[in-house]
Order: sequence, then C-alpha cells, then structure tokens
Amino acid sequence: MAIDAATVRKVAHLARIKTPEDRLEPLAQELNGILKWIEQLDEVDVQGVEPMTSNVSQPLRLRDDVVTDGDKVADVLSNAPKSADGFFVVPKVVE
Amino acid sequence: MTDLTKLTLADAVDGLKAKTFSSEELTQAFLTNIEASNPTLNAYVEVTADKALEQARASDARLAKGEGGALEGAPLGIKDLFCTEGVQTTAGSNMLRGFVPPYESTVTANLWRDGAVMLGKLNMDEFAMGSSNETSAFGPVKNPWKSKGSNADLTPGGSSGGSASAVAADLCLAATASDTGGSIRQPAAFTGTVGIKPTYGRASRYGMVAFASSLDQAGPIAKTVKDSALLLNSMCSFDAKDSTSLDIPTPDWTQSVGQSVKGLRIGVPKEYVLDGMPAEIQKLWEQGVEWLKAAGCEIVEISLPHTKYALPTYYIVAPAEASSNLARYDGMRFGHRAEEFTSLDDLYATSRAEGFGKEVQRRLTIGAYVLSAGFYDAYYVKALKVRRRIAQDFDNVWGQVDAILTPSTPSAAFAIGDKQIDPLTMYLNDVFTVTTNLAGLPGISVPAGLSADGLPLGLQVIGKALDEATVFQVAGALEDAAGFVAKPDRWW
Repeated sequence: MAIDAATVRKVAHLARIKTPEDRLEPLAQELNGILKWIEQLDEVDVQGVEPMTSNVSQPLRLRDDVVTDGDKVADVLSNAPKSADGFFVVPKVVE
Repeated sequence: MTDLTKLTLADAVDGLKAKTFSSEELTQAFLTNIEASNPTLNAYVEVTADKALEQARASDARLAKGEGGALEGAPLGIKDLFCTEGVQTTAGSNMLRGFVPPYESTVTANLWRDGAVMLGKLNMDEFAMGSSNETSAFGPVKNPWKSKGSNADLTPGGSSGGSASAVAADLCLAATASDTGGSIRQPAAFTGTVGIKPTYGRASRYGMVAFASSLDQAGPIAKTVKDSALLLNSMCSFDAKDSTSLDIPTPDWTQSVGQSVKGLRIGVPKEYVLDGMPAEIQKLWEQGVEWLKAAGCEIVEISLPHTKYALPTYYIVAPAEASSNLARYDGMRFGHRAEEFTSLDDLYATSRAEGFGKEVQRRLTIGAYVLSAGFYDAYYVKALKVRRRIAQDFDNVWGQVDAILTPSTPSAAFAIGDKQIDPLTMYLNDVFTVTTNLAGLPGISVPAGLSADGLPLGLQVIGKALDEATVFQVAGALEDAAGFVAKPDRWW
C-alpha cells in the first residue's frame, strides 16, 4: 500500500497539519519506509484474536451523578490565546 | 563538609530527619550546582528556585517539630509533562510554550504531600516522542557521560533525557519521568542511573500531558534501586480522576530491595538476542545471568515468540492514540494559535504546523493514516491483535519464571545528531523496553557495567503485573553484584 504525495496531502489534512507542497514527496518516502517495516505484522497469525485496547481488565468505575467541581471560569480561561467577558474569543467561523 | 548533591535520596532523607543538614542547605547546594551546570547540560527547562527555597523552609519547620513525610525536604526534578500548578508545563513543545496549568498532576501532588521540594522542570523529547531528547523545542540535553578519548556530546536518551541527565550529574536527588515505549528505562541505561516503569495503572495519569494513553505510565529515575523504590512509593496511588487507575494498595517497595533472591526463577528470552547486537551487550547480559545464578536464582530459557513484532505494533498503536490525544491542540482554548490564517480550517492546520515539531508531525500523520477509512482494519485493528499476542507471550511464561532478565538497550549512549537521518534507526532504541508497555508490565533498568568506551550499560528486569516487589528484589541483587559506582568525569 504505497503512499504517494496525494495521500500525504489527504492525511495531513485529516491531521490538520499544514504541509507545504514541496514536503509532500519527501514525507511520502519517509512514511513508506516506516509502513513497509510495519507490514511485517502481516506474518502474524491473528485468527480469532480479540483486539487488545487496554492493559486494565477491570470494568470502568461509575461515580455518583453529582456535580463535583465548577465555578472556575478564570482558571479555564487562564491559558486561552484570547478571551473576553468570560468567553473564549475565536475567529469568525460563520460568514 | 561533604558535597550534599552527591547523596542518595535515602541518605538525604535520613540526614534531613537527623538534622545533619537542613533542606534549605541541601536545596541551595542543588540550585548552585544547577546554575553552574545547566547552561551546558540543558537538563532543566525551568528552574523554580524561589519556590524550591520556600518549600525547603517549610520542610525544615516540619522537620524541626519531628514531623514530615517520607520525602520531607528532598529536592527533586520534575519532567516537564507533569502539570504543576502555577509553573509552566510545556512537554518540550512550542505548542505549550507559556502554558501555566491551574491544577496539579496527581503524581506531583503526591510528592508534595510527602514533603518533596521541586527544583524545576526537566527537559524532554517533544510530547515524549523521541529516544534522544533531540526533538525538544528547548534543544537537546547533553549526557554527562563521554566516550573514552572522544569529546563528542552524547545524548542521555529519551524521552526522559532531562531527568536522567539531571540525576547523573547530581542536579537533583531523583526525578520523575514517564515511559510510553522505554522513555524511563533507556535514558536510565544511557546515564548509569536506575529507572522503573511500574505496572500500567499504578501511577495516576491525571495531569500528565498525554501521548499514548494505553501505554503512558509515570515512574522515577534515581541513583539507586532503593531510591527508585522510595520515590515510586510516593508516586503511585489510586486516583478516581484517572479511569485506568487501579484501586489497590501501594506496598512499601523499599522493603523488597536487599531481600534474598535465592530460589527465584529468572527467565532469559531467546528472542532478545538480536542480529548485529554488540558483543558487549551480549556479554553484559551473560554476566547478569551469572550474578543471579551466584545469588541462588534458577535460570530458565524462555521463548517470547512475538517479540520482534512489538516495535512495529507500537508504531501503529502509539501514533494512533497520539493523533487522537493531540487533536485537542487546535489553537482555540489553550496552546499556540497562529497569527495569520485564511479560514477556520487553515487556522487549525497552521497553528499545528507552527506549534508541533517534525517528529510529532510525522507521528500524527502516521496515526491519522492508520486510523483513516480503509486502513483502520489493516493497520490499527491488526496491531491491537498482535498486541494481545505479545501480552499472551508473557502470560504463557509466568508459570515457569518469577521475573525476566534482558538488556535494557541494544547499545550504549550515542552522539547527538547520530541517528537523526533515519527515523527507524532511532525507533530501534526501544526494542527491549517496548514489550512491557504493550503488555502493561513493570520493568526496571539497573546500571550493570561499562562499555569498552567507558559508557554505562543497563540490564532490565521485567516482572508480572503488580509484582514490582520481585522486580525490586532482583534489581537489588543485580545492583549488589554489579557494584556499579562509576560516575562521569566532570567536564561541564
């Protein structure tokens, strides 16, 4: 499954990373190298094996459905690139 | 007066309790050493001198009253991916430059509860993605060790390179670190220090900047096995704020260090013999086997047949989880926001291109690819299945052995710039360590000898899930037998 410049452009968009046109081809080559190495996994027989998503076998805990925290507007906004009047300020997104 | 910065954590804690010296004196000694050394070694990205001295004075007040916790007055370094309230936390990235958390990570909160003093935040590979500290936005950390007859600067390994370098150069008593594929154990091996990654779920991930959540685990880097046990005692706890935190008691692991290993069965996995592995690594491993035999262990050859698939599995699972975790950096609520943009989408993409370094971008791209429609089953689900095979390999041998002995790394520390050309060469650093992350098992690296070039080499002990006690026991025996006392000659 070789990756070409067009695929890199698509994946870079999925990852929301702006990638200049002249970087697409070198990146495609790098990724091909890595993916070719990864494809040795095809040798492994995984017939009937359940995918392993976690090392922890315990069921997720439930907690009481009550408010435990809040009223921290200043904390929440303290690292915002831009904020005003208790809100995040973001660029206009609807024309 | 003796140089206080050369003390072990255990001896320093005892000295503080006995009032042989004060925490303020000890803290000041470290601050002086950091001031002289850090411009060269670049281990700290931020030194919190005022906060440190304030904490030290508070500790001295408690010690004067005969009070204080298990780490009372002990100055530590904190890897810069643990959120520290009011102190910049960057994870080595320009994306988080200037980010000041309004909350404390559980691991560091535990340390302050036990009386520790924070000297500052330690350099690391960007978002913990790297094995040499060269991906840090703050520049590479230098290893205090140098090859015999060479003046080349070496890497301390990564991603916890700042932690390892600071401990090796006596810029803190011990340090926190984190390990996703080997990021505690590989730098420990490269710097002649001890590093342990506990069982997944022992240490809370709350307030740790996330890389790959099913693999990330915090642990200490320290000067001795006992020191690492002492620090791990404090770092671990059940935490309702981390859904994968294990609700089980934390034993006192210092009690395991020094216990006899007589009768323990130690597995030696034949698949860890690599083609082209340096002879001195093989020799050190054989030496480790001999030491444990002499201490009364039974050596059992074992097979972990899927070992060679661990790294390729990791390079699907970790980037996939990272691409999901790091989606939060969109330039909206915190982190870097681009100044110039043409649309909302362009703002996201430009902020991320400006904020993330090259290796992080590479891994996020791989992650997005293996999770994308059409490739999800072929890559991601496949890797999760192989991951279970790797975990089952370990399950299959625990009936025959109590712990496993392997080398920590396939080589000694390498020069800065040496392995940057090909990402795959860099990835191979983690070949011996990454299996325990995938399986969630505890693993420790203990300094065991010097290479022909005079550089430290480590041995790794892997244990059953939740059996850190045996890991510490075996590590203690190796430490005793190796008698590793070498320190780098001070050139910095």
